[in-house]
Amino acid sequence: MSKILAFIESRDNKIKNNGFETASTAVKLGAELGAEVEALLIGSSVSSLAAELGAYGIKKVITAENAELEKYSTTAYTKIVADAVKERGADIVLLSATAMGKDISPRLAAKLEAGLIVDCTEIRTEGGNVIATRPVYAGKAYIEMKVNSAVKIFTLRPNVFKPIHADGVIAETEVMNVQLGDSDFAVKVKEVVVSNEKLDVTEANIVVSGGRGLKAPENFHLVEDLAKVLGGAAGASRAIVDAGWRPHSEQVGQTGKTVAPSLYIAVGISGAIQHLAGMSSSKCIVAINKDKDAPIFQIADYGIIGDAVEIMPVLTEEFKKVLSN
Amino acid sequence: MNKKGKLMKIAVCVSQVPDTTTKVKVGSDGKSIDPAGVTYIINPYDEFAVEAALQLKEKNGGETLVVSVGKDSNKEAIKKAYAMGIERGILVKSDAEMDSYTVARNLADVLKDYNPDMVLFGKQSIDYDDSQVGGLVAEMLGIPSVGVVVSLNVDGNKAVCEREIEGGKEVVETSLPAAICCQRGLNNPRYPNLKGIMQAKSKAIEEKQPTYTENKTEVLKMTLPKPKAKGKIVGEDASAAAELVRLLREEAKVI
Ligand SMILES: Cc1cc2nc3c(=O)[nH]c(=O)nc-3n(C[C@H](O)[C@H](O)[C@H](O)COP(=O)(O)OP(=O)(O)OC[C@H]3O[C@@H](n4cnc5c(N)ncnc54)[C@H](O)[C@@H]3O)c2cc1C
Ligand SMILES: Nc1ncnc2c1ncn2[C@@H]1O[C@H](COP(=O)(O)O)[C@@H](O)[C@H]1O
Repeated sequence: MSKILAFIESRDNKIKNNGFETASTAVKLGAELGAEVEALLIGSSVSSLAAELGAYGIKKVITAENAELEKYSTTAYTKIVADAVKERGADIVLLSATAMGKDISPRLAAKLEAGLIVDCTEIRTEGGNVIATRPVYAGKAYIEMKVNSAVKIFTLRPNVFKPIHADGVIAETEVMNVQLGDSDFAVKVKEVVVSNEKLDVTEANIVVSGGRGLKAPENFHLVEDLAKVLGGAAGASRAIVDAGWRPHSEQVGQTGKTVAPSLYIAVGISGAIQHLAGMSSSKCIVAINKDKDAPIFQIADYGIIGDAVEIMPVLTEEFKKVLSN
Repeated sequence: MNKKGKLMKIAVCVSQVPDTTTKVKVGSDGKSIDPAGVTYIINPYDEFAVEAALQLKEKNGGETLVVSVGKDSNKEAIKKAYAMGIERGILVKSDAEMDSYTVARNLADVLKDYNPDMVLFGKQSIDYDDSQVGGLVAEMLGIPSVGVVVSLNVDGNKAVCEREIEGGKEVVETSLPAAICCQRGLNNPRYPNLKGIMQAKSKAIEEKQPTYTENKTEVLKMTLPKPKAKGKIVGEDASAAAELVRLLREEAKVI
């Protein structure tokens, strides 16, 4: 029988959405496979978070706590996850395809001599096998894959899998005994530099992005204003990042970030294939562009043809009206 | 120079991938792309890795090696690295389909013999967007790794890097030898000059046989995304804004 271990990411002793998505996916997969499910939390004081995972149906939480684990360390975290997989006898491991999950998972795969499928957007079971679907070629194609090694590792693209609440589940916790030496901290985070407390495009449920069609850097506030009204994040095309209007951390696309929000509004963005690579799995896409033949309209669900600089203030007001109702 | 006062040994791993503008068509096996008409280039992120290797050599003194695993055509990626200034190249030659684990095992076997102080990778290959090989190789070699690196400072036997994470950056310290996976922003890859390009053409590439061929994962099928139904053009100017907001609320139900 299978056993699933879900590594739940936490930073500063907080679990974000990606953690609940991973927990829910593990629970769902466990039900389909008749497999036991356990979640693993690593940090300085994470045991208090176990209850939050219970709310998503996790019955058992393994905690690895140690003051030295407050800041992320690639080597120490990987060792703990690998030890947990072995001690618990898990054969399926789920992680989020976040910066942390992407960092841990390949090293984990090498430690466990396991096959790894990254950035899955769909996971199903077929005759006891786990079949994963993931985008390749920047979303221009999808592949279905399976793992043939004894241990199977999957990372889940954030914002794609639904967190599902479960009532009445109380998570039982078990403390894992961790022993770490200096060599386990060969890589260590010294400091986390937060980019002006702004919501990151990869974590926002709504993203409003601007491109060269905004005409001048001083017009970018039109994008930020709307993002603020919608409680979302502001993104940018590479053209305006390269032009120095916006920082690279806001760039959406192949050489920037991959986002999958429920609403993506592209303002004055032509829709080059490299931009689409970063946002085409968004659930609803809106385009505002003065050129009716701009490629962005081919993937947009809704569009307005016209001058973004004129349309944006009116649109922001309309959203404000509706949202205050 | 590294801690022992020796010159640095710097390795860089490069792959050869379809150009980003490639129109993807599913091939006759139903599992991979149809290669007809596809132009192949060095993986764009690997140019940042090559540039980082050259800068490390220029600053610390040392020697550089480029390694690629794959078909004979991967020599083009090695030649691009040569043209930029890398001195020595090895191709582990195989026509077989290899997953990231298998590629990594072959790279690790070559690198074990070379015993580098620093191994550079791209952040990801833009074909399968795996972001796996750097971490896999590092673990196989038993050395630390840092992914998505946008700044790199080597000082004696350690390196301080900045790497991108959600909502900011991590400042990471690592001991050497280490594997570094390079992200755009780390540097500006140099353009090879004519002399470099000419020399690269005739420079020898060492060939090796694969040491490992057993994949851990299997592709079952490749599909193209379903074409989207044509979107709705709500209007031609600001007067359409109210209607757009209504549709997003009542029809798409996203706000
Ligand atoms: C290897 C590689 C990687 C790349 N990676 C990325 C990436 O990660 N992200 C990315 O975004 N790009 C990337 N690009 C660049 C990409 O090819 C495009 O050049 C870029 O996305 C264009 O940005 P844009 O749409 O803002 O500008 P443009 O292509 O100049 O488009 C501007 C658009 O605004 C419209 N417009 C003009 N004026 C107005 C107005 N007043 N009102 C409304 N609309 C107006 C125009 O009709 C046009 O469609 C990459 C390219 C390469 C080669
Ligand atoms: N076949 C290969 N040969 C040499 N290096 C590779 C190969 N595939 C991937 N790499 C390296 O590993 C990085 C990450 O690739 P991937 O894990 O495939 O996304 C690339 O940017 C290269 O530096």
